[in-house]
Amino acid sequence: MELRLEHVLVLSALLFAIGVYGALSRRNAVAILLAIEVMFNAVNVAFVGFARFVGPEHLAGQVFAIFVITVAAAEAALALAIVMMLYRQRRSVNVEEINLLRW
Amino acid sequence: MSDTLLFIAFLLLGALTLSAATLVVTTPKIIHSALFLVLTFLGIAGIYVLLAAEFVAGVQVLIYVGAITVLVLFAIMLTHGPATPASNPVNRQWGLALVVSGALFALLLLAIQGTAWPVSSAALPKSTIETVGVQILTTYVVPFELASLLLLAAMIGAIVIAREG
Repeated sequence: MELRLEHVLVLSALLFAIGVYGALSRRNAVAILLAIEVMFNAVNVAFVGFARFVGPEHLAGQVFAIFVITVAAAEAALALAIVMMLYRQRRSVNVEEINLLRW
Repeated sequence: MSDTLLFIAFLLLGALTLSAATLVVTTPKIIHSALFLVLTFLGIAGIYVLLAAEFVAGVQVLIYVGAITVLVLFAIMLTHGPATPASNPVNRQWGLALVVSGALFALLLLAIQGTAWPVSSAALPKSTIETVGVQILTTYVVPFELASLLLLAAMIGAIVIAREG
């Protein structure tokens, strides 16, 4: 057996599905963020797999993966700041109790 | 490294990554989730090395394992008050969430199976890091500059939001 693009994509799809389950099923806002990080990583695995097998001469997928990591870092910093602010205001990070915008 | 060895290494690292990711979304304690996330990131860094993306693997270890994990652990400790339950139970829709993510995986699998991927047999460049660096500073120089602006905006935004008062 040798490593093929399909194997990498199946791994990426499995990781993404795990992340979707986590983001949909958790109550703690930080746990939802962790699941979103898993989804970011799943997409990066697909990008790097495409860079290796589809365009190995210019490696655009690796450049894209680096940009995704940059955006994910910015997202994590902002989202965790928002979570900390929510905790200060409501004494809770349970997303089911955060319903200010619900009518 | 021979092709078979590469494939076995991919299977082992993939199994490690997937089991760690499953534990991230299922362990009851949030702090355990964060620590299993570190294991997931390290497994993915190993897969990047197998896919000839050494620079991305290094960035993954520096930013995800180093920076984001510390940020997440800080956030967990700062939001861990008397009102926060120690366990982190799933919500009422977890069965539905399982169905949705399973359906999504089935759909992605169908798409992967049904597509004729334009796999290229071109050889990898001698140094992938050199190619990535040249690409970032030539073809992708505008996104590269925009990324610095985005990081600045995120930094200012995080300080403003998290500041006391």
